[in-house]
Parts: sequence; C-alpha cells; structure tokens
Amino acid sequence: MSMLAYDGTAMLGRQLLRMRNNPGLLILTQTMPVSMLLFFGYVFGSALAMPGEAYRSFLVPGLLVATAAGGIMTGMFQAAQDTHRGVTDRFRTLPMSRAAVPLGQAAADVVVTAAGTVPFLLVGLAVGWRVEGGLLEAVGAVALLMLFRFACVWAGIFLGLLTRNEEAAGQLGGATFLLPLLSSAYIPTSGLPGWLRTVAEWNPISAVATALRDLFGNAPVPDGAAWPVAHPVAGRCCGAPCCSGCSCRWPCVSTRTGSGEGAAGTPEPDDAPGHCRAGMRHRLGRAALGYTPGAAACRGDDGRRVRSVAPGAV
Amino acid sequence: MTSTYAVLSEGLEKRFGAVRALRGLDLAVAEGTVCGVLGPNGAGKTTAVRLLTTLLRPDAGSARVAGHDLVREAAAVRRRISVTGQDTSIDGDLTGRQNLLLFGRLHRVRGPAGRTVELLDRFGLAEAADRPAATYSGGMRRRLDLAASLIRRPEVLFLDEPTTGLDPASRNLIWDAVRELTTEGTTVLLTTQYLEEADQLADDIALVDRGRVAHTGSPAQLKALVGAHAEVVVTDADALTKAAAVLDRLTGAQPSLDPERNTVGAVSKDPTLTLPLLVRTLDSAGVPLLDVSLRPPTLDDVFLRLTDTTTTATTATTTDDRERAA
Repeated sequence: MSMLAYDGTAMLGRQLLRMRNNPGLLILTQTMPVSMLLFFGYVFGSALAMPGEAYRSFLVPGLLVATAAGGIMTGMFQAAQDTHRGVTDRFRTLPMSRAAVPLGQAAADVVVTAAGTVPFLLVGLAVGWRVEGGLLEAVGAVALLMLFRFACVWAGIFLGLLTRNEEAAGQLGGATFLLPLLSSAYIPTSGLPGWLRTVAEWNPISAVATALRDLFGNAPVPDGAAWPVAHPVAGRCCGAPCCSGCSCRWPCVSTRTGSGEGAAGTPEPDDAPGHCRAGMRHRLGRAALGYTPGAAACRGDDGRRVRSVAPGAV
Repeated sequence: MTSTYAVLSEGLEKRFGAVRALRGLDLAVAEGTVCGVLGPNGAGKTTAVRLLTTLLRPDAGSARVAGHDLVREAAAVRRRISVTGQDTSIDGDLTGRQNLLLFGRLHRVRGPAGRTVELLDRFGLAEAADRPAATYSGGMRRRLDLAASLIRRPEVLFLDEPTTGLDPASRNLIWDAVRELTTEGTTVLLTTQYLEEADQLADDIALVDRGRVAHTGSPAQLKALVGAHAEVVVTDADALTKAAAVLDRLTGAQPSLDPERNTVGAVSKDPTLTLPLLVRTLDSAGVPLLDVSLRPPTLDDVFLRLTDTTTTATTATTTDDRERAA
C-alpha cells in the first residue's frame, strides 16, 4: 500500500509537470467548456423553447458532466501515447507498483479538472446559474462530479491500453464528444421519442447531470424517467467505482509474471460507494448498478482478452 | 551455477499466434561480461529481451536473471535490471532532468538529483537538461534513455539495438558507457545488427537464428568457425568465370561475383586455405590476376555463413512486426 502511495505520488507529480510544461494545451482544454457554455447558452439556446436564463441554468450542470465525460478521451489518449512511445514498457520493467501509473494519471486529471471547474462556475454565475439548494448538497454535487471524472479517466486509460496507438486513440477520443449529445446534458430528455429517451436516460451522463441538477437545486429529478435518471446519485455512486475498480485491474494483468499484487491496494468496486453514501442517504436508491460503459468494457479484465481485441498485438 | 551466470535461460519458448518467435532459447551470460546477441531480423532477439526483462511471459522453459527466477520472482528481477529498448522510452513532455528524477524516484534512488546531474554531464546532455525531451535529436534521446537506465546501477543491463541509427559521436558515448559499466561489475546483454558493435564490445556472442541460439563463442572463436575471406580481381569477364570456378573448388563455398569490378569473392569453408596456395592454383589455371587477397573473416562473414538468410528473409517481417506489437 505504501508502495502504491509512493509511486502514485511520483506519477501524479509526473502528470502535473507535463501539464506545467505544456500550459498552452492546458489553457485550451480548460477554456473549452466556457466557450461551449456561451455558444450553447446564447447561440443554440435562443432557438429552444426554454427561456434563456432557465436554459443556461439547466446547461451549467450538464456541461460540467459533459466535460467530465471528456476524461475518457484524455485518459485514453495519454495511456495510448505512453504505450505507443514505450514509456509504459519502461514502467513495467521498474520495481514499482503497477497500479500507480493509472492511479497517478487519474489523480492528476482530477486535480486539474477541479481547478478548471472554478472559472467555469464563475462564468456560470455570471450568465445566471445559481446554487439553489443547500451548501452541503452543492459540495456533494462537486464531489460526485469529481468521482465521475475519476471513473471516466480510468475507463479511458483502459481503452487507451487496448488501442496502444496514439492516432487510433485520437480518432476514437473524438467520438466520445458525441456521448453527451445523446443524454440530458444539453437538452431535457422528456421531449425525445420513447425509445430514444430510454437510450439517453441509460446514458450515464444523463444520470450524473440529473444528480447535479438535483443537488445544486436547479431542476428536480424528472418524472417517469428510467431507473438511472430516477435514482441518479445512487446510480452514479455505484456505477463509477465499478468502472474504476474494473479498469484498475488491467495494469497488473498485462504481465502476470511475478508481483501481480498491483491491484490489491486499489479501490475495489464494492467498498467505494460507502464514501459517497454518508451525506446523501436520503437520496439513495437501493441496488448497486454497474452499467457504465467502462464497467462493461472491463468485465473481461484479462490480458488474454486484451490481446484478442487488439489485432496487431498477437 | 546461478552465482556465476547473470542470465541463464533454458529452453525458452514464445509463440505469437502461428509464429514461433523463440524455439528453445538457451543462453548463459557470465557475470560482469558483455554478451552480444546477434541475428537476422525476426530471429527472436527482441522477443528474447522482452522475456528476460519480464515484459512477456514465456510459454515454456525457464530462466534466471540476476539470480532470480524470471516468472516466480519477477519483482526481484525488476529490482536488479535496467532496460533500454529499441524505441526510446522517455517522456517527451518532461525535460531531460525531470525524466531522470522521475525514474530515479521510481527506482528508489536516494538523493536522485546528484546522480541526475552526473548522468546528464556524462552523456553530454547538461546544456539541454531543462528542455523538453521531445525537442531532443535522436541521438540525444537515446543517450537520455540509457542515462535513465543507469540512474541506479543495475546488476544486469539489457540493451536492445542501442545504437541503431545513431551518429558516430553518440555511438561512441554509448559504447564507452557500456565498457565502463562492465568494469564496475554490471552484466550487459546487448542485441545488435552491427557486427562491428559486437566485435568492439562483446566478450561472448550468441548467434540467434529462427528462435534458437545457433552458435556461441567469443568473436575470435566465431571467426575461427569460418575460413578466411578470399577476393580475386581479374582482367575480364572470361577470367572472372575461371576464377570463380577455382574459388568454388578451393573454398568449398559459393563465390559471389561482381562483374562490374571484375571481382569474385568467397568465404572459405576450409580454414587451412593459404594465400600461396590460392595464387598458385589460380595461376596454373591460367587466370590473369590483377589482385588477390585473403583476409581474416569479419563477423559479417561469420553472420552470413552461419545464419541461413535466404530462408529467414521471408518470415522476418511478420515476426518483427509481431514482436513490436506484443
């Protein structure tokens, strides 16, 4: 465990240094959500039935979640880059904790995302968004958002290790931009045709967006929605850790030789929900839910499956 | 046994789908020596390195590296080895110094800053130390890569084609570093396609062909396996054919003709062939000679003679690609 903490901190430092060495990229990615807020809020929003300020208030939590879902892309690209450039191989020959590499990457990503959330929320306040619920719940909303980001990065890292190729990861990463479009991030799902509404509501982004709107007090949980949206916080708290729990098994199976104990110190799918449960017990649904894309993709968490997926790898 | 061999493998096998990359690799590298692993493309050199550095798991066979079992004690092996692979494996977004500090930390080096400065100086990277490694030239990246492998003195250092594509200055820096390491007791396993490199550095050479060690020995021993390299220059094309026939008979090897330079050469299979005998025989056959030479074989000659390059050439690409992908 101390090995994981030590190496994880070293990897966290590595990632933060990379960002410091590349401030342009950092500024670009962090200002993107702000420009999207302005575009959607004022340009597209003017064509919607919902009045402007109400839509922007609806949009701010949605964009937060859509941005957090971008963690799939950043996680994937970074992991594919490291693998492609041989850095992952070097790490694998080092006497270090295997889980530390993705853990450090995900932790650094959450730190940066958390910092980037502040200016975004300030712009949100300027365009009419408000915290309309309690402070504790608002804090819970941000914590939930970070947990979702953390899970998305893990899922992305897993996908990146599968693709092993920067260019492929870049292409695939672009496709993740579409995920929030089929969710309640930008528009309410109640207006969608029945089957499409079901699809959109089972999109994990919808559940998180609904949870955030609920916790910030911007919009209530919609009536007649699918289970994940009807129990958004529960769905998230259970689904997200499943996602990271499954992903984190990967690095240690890539070579099963010897000290495969890398995963032992990482969060297990089952114990993480406990942390979120504390302040929000009254909002929680019952069952654990592992339907997130990450969890589905990771279920065959074995190096052998990985090889069968990556055509060039055998 | 294990105390005298830093690397000892027995019957290592690795298969990628239908391709048998290693077919029973037996390798013994004595402590404190440099072992050059030579072989044509696709012979299994890189696969062997990836197995011996715990990156791949063998399908069959066993190996001990630095006294520890490769599979059962992989963590102990990792604490004692360093690897510099074919592709540079440093982080281009970090500076040279940041790279070395990171790897120093991960290697549990106490006070890595001092060692970092020392290595940056040693490999001529002091001036570029605080530039992102992505801006380095190919040679600088390779040197930084090797420096990262030396941040903690390894018991066994694996170098997979460390000087491929480097200019002579960078190559010499790397060669010097390897020589220096062995005087300090590090064992080096080096794969290379440059026979000169093996000749310069290696105490022993393992000639790998189609997933097996075909021959082992010191460079001198391997050269003694083949006879001298005979080369004959004649006046015209007619004489060239005659000379080739004589060479064929004397050397027992297929001569190679160069009609443009009226030259024919062959690596003798008979180690007792001498220059007077060669000249006498050519002269009595009525070959108009311009020049005759008989020089000791190079490792190139050994390599071409002992590895059947005609058959491996067809499978080389696929195995090599697969090695990289895996």
